[in-house]
Amino acid sequence: MIAELGHAALWMAAALAALQLVAGALGARDGEVEGITILSRPAAILQGALAAFAFAALLWVFAITDLSVKLVAANSHSMKPMVFKLSGAWGNHEGSMLLWVTVMALAGALIAAIERRLPERTMQATLAAQGFVALGFYAFLLLSSNPFERLPIPAAEGQGLNPLLQDIGLAFHPPTLYFGYVGLSVAFSFAVGAMLTRSVTPDFARAMRPWVLGAWVLLTLGITAGSYWAYYELGWGGWWFWDPVENASLMPWLAATALLHSVSVLASRDALRVWTIMLGVIAFSMSMLGTFLVRSGVLTSVHAFAVDPERGSFILVLLAIYIGGALLLFALRANSISEGERFSVASREGALVFNNVMLSAILAVVLLGTLYPLLTEAFDVRVSVGPPYFNPVSAIFALPMLAVMAVGPLLRWRRDSFGRISKELALIAALIVAGLIFFALFEGVAILPLMGLALAIALAVASFLPLRGRNLRRLPVSVWGMVMAHFGIAVALFGMASESAFSNEKLAALEVGQSTQVGPWKVRLDGIEPVAGPNWTAIEGRMLASYKGGEPSEIAPQSRNFWAPPQQTTESVLLTRWNGQLYAVMGSEADDGRWQLRLWWKPFVTLIWYGGMLMALGGVLAIIGRVRRDLKRRSIRRKIEVRRADMEELG
Amino acid sequence: MNWRVWLPLMLFALFLGVAAYQLTQPKDDVVASGMIGQELPYFELPPAHSDNPGVTTADLRDGKPRLLNIWASWCLPCIAEAPQLEALKEQGVEIVGIAIRDDPEDVAQFLARHGNPYTRIGRDDLSEVQLGIGSSGVPETFVIDGNGVITYQHIGDIRADDLPVLLEKLREAGA
Repeated sequence: MIAELGHAALWMAAALAALQLVAGALGARDGEVEGITILSRPAAILQGALAAFAFAALLWVFAITDLSVKLVAANSHSMKPMVFKLSGAWGNHEGSMLLWVTVMALAGALIAAIERRLPERTMQATLAAQGFVALGFYAFLLLSSNPFERLPIPAAEGQGLNPLLQDIGLAFHPPTLYFGYVGLSVAFSFAVGAMLTRSVTPDFARAMRPWVLGAWVLLTLGITAGSYWAYYELGWGGWWFWDPVENASLMPWLAATALLHSVSVLASRDALRVWTIMLGVIAFSMSMLGTFLVRSGVLTSVHAFAVDPERGSFILVLLAIYIGGALLLFALRANSISEGERFSVASREGALVFNNVMLSAILAVVLLGTLYPLLTEAFDVRVSVGPPYFNPVSAIFALPMLAVMAVGPLLRWRRDSFGRISKELALIAALIVAGLIFFALFEGVAILPLMGLALAIALAVASFLPLRGRNLRRLPVSVWGMVMAHFGIAVALFGMASESAFSNEKLAALEVGQSTQVGPWKVRLDGIEPVAGPNWTAIEGRMLASYKGGEPSEIAPQSRNFWAPPQQTTESVLLTRWNGQLYAVMGSEADDGRWQLRLWWKPFVTLIWYGGMLMALGGVLAIIGRVRRDLKRRSIRRKIEVRRADMEELG
Repeated sequence: MNWRVWLPLMLFALFLGVAAYQLTQPKDDVVASGMIGQELPYFELPPAHSDNPGVTTADLRDGKPRLLNIWASWCLPCIAEAPQLEALKEQGVEIVGIAIRDDPEDVAQFLARHGNPYTRIGRDDLSEVQLGIGSSGVPETFVIDGNGVITYQHIGDIRADDLPVLLEKLREAGA
């Protein structure tokens, strides 16, 4: 019964999305709110409620393990802990698509309910675009991936007791990225609405900004968490592999980063109109493209996903309609939208534009590298594009971008001169040179990590320079957000460069009782123990690790064999100090009875993820600051209107 | 008309074309042995188990097609495929085993516990034969026709739904 109610709610929500599309389109054409047009906002709000109800129904059937529902039988089990029963609801294709439309419908409801700054026509066009995008996803769900499908005969027990998937990180990592993608879909609808009504204004940018910021924060967190997961789970000692699935999340992030800066320029300076619109379209395109690449299986990845060409085709059709349509609209309208205010090269806008171009170039580099195998396979040539391409080619653009990032926030809007900030420039340059010289003294530091280290130091200092000479207590929260996010980038960069410059790796074959040295660590193999879990057996290496002859700590990495499905995994062990991590992986037994061990000492590697979290925190501060200022502005506007009305009454 | 504003749309159309074409193409992720269609290399393996004789190339050239199963007692997926090998044996398929880097005692224990579907079991202590026939892991199963030519390679454990394919390949090989 509950499942049928959920299914029915989904159909009604789809119908409301259609109504929202029609009413919004009419409203956008006439610019008058009357007749059917009145319905677009209520339709959006009701649609959000119905989608939320459908998702709640899905949670319910998972919570009670209703095994007559196909999705539950295939993905859950009556003996699972409750939290994994619930997360199982979106840990599969159908459920995750339902979560996606639910969040999108709720976002649509929110803008319909509270957004009053935009001209009514633009708002109607935005709602129509939002309804159009949502309609495609409803069609996808209802026609090819119905989460509420019943089994003709209820299953006796579910099939989803795979403990490998019972990981709290896996339960919350994909939804974080999804929420980010949905935020970009809202930005996309705003961009389409503004293009349709030729109304690209600072108000439009202010309406769009919190969504872009929110999406950016979630994408930042999602990528940071995903990178850490790959680092400790795969046992390869790396933190980024340029795998298609990773790139699928990085590309929307790059576009969102560019978009969030250009939208700020548009909001405060009324410049970069066309560029902002373009980025709004690109950012959502990249999220759809990522979903397509991940779900369709056209690219081979280390991350296994349930791959289905039919679903891939459906997403490709949606991609063609939305992105093709938006790009066509862009081509038709771009010439009639003027570029907006002018500015000189030496200005904050100038620096932002430079970095926007650099970010877009990096995006193009990653996009090309990710899609290249797809292109060559069409000609029967199999290639694999890896770090030797991605690292140096993206660095060509990343290094100047980081340098400009240090300087940009010091410049004034519209027109400035480098002479005014010559002292700061000299400080930054001196820090870079000093960093280069200092780190070059270490042996064997390659050129890219060397530049990364020097830039990280300079950027870390420079990110606080915008605070000089200002009253810290009266500083807007959003400025703190910017400082924090830029400092986070410096921190993460230092971690990345240090990891690649100073890591020590050791592949050792040890007898029990023998020791080996990796970097400052001495590791002794004390024993080998077999251990057994619910559906695996493992070889566990008992070791004592001591840092520079200090107090030893016990570590016990495992090599696990699962038998259903048969799979060998490594349970690596991380020993974290303030200045880095020891990473230990257990290998197999060699012929002569010695055991293989893989050890890494990675100085400051944890800074990569701390940096990511700082960036996300900066984004959160920026949202708080912006929303607070918007609310204040709104209440001032209202007070002025009240006063004006009073004056008129008084005559 | 400014042609540059059409550029994104054109690039996107190119991507759509390639992606749509790729979706229609069958996906093949398995690295097949370069030995398919070729004769087995010469080898002579001593028995790995007291109940079964060893394996030589000549044994696989007597005109009868068979399965050649690469396995080991230390290999967990091999336990999973043991019932499928039994099922194949019951259908009259002759299975020759090669135990990789194994120990006769462990082999005997494995066969006692999980059944012995093999007519012969050779002992390949250094993976020489395994590498020679183009196998890169355990378990793997090859279809060998009556002239000792490899006609098919199955990578990984045999599951229930793989049986029809293997039986079909054996029939093609002349069984």
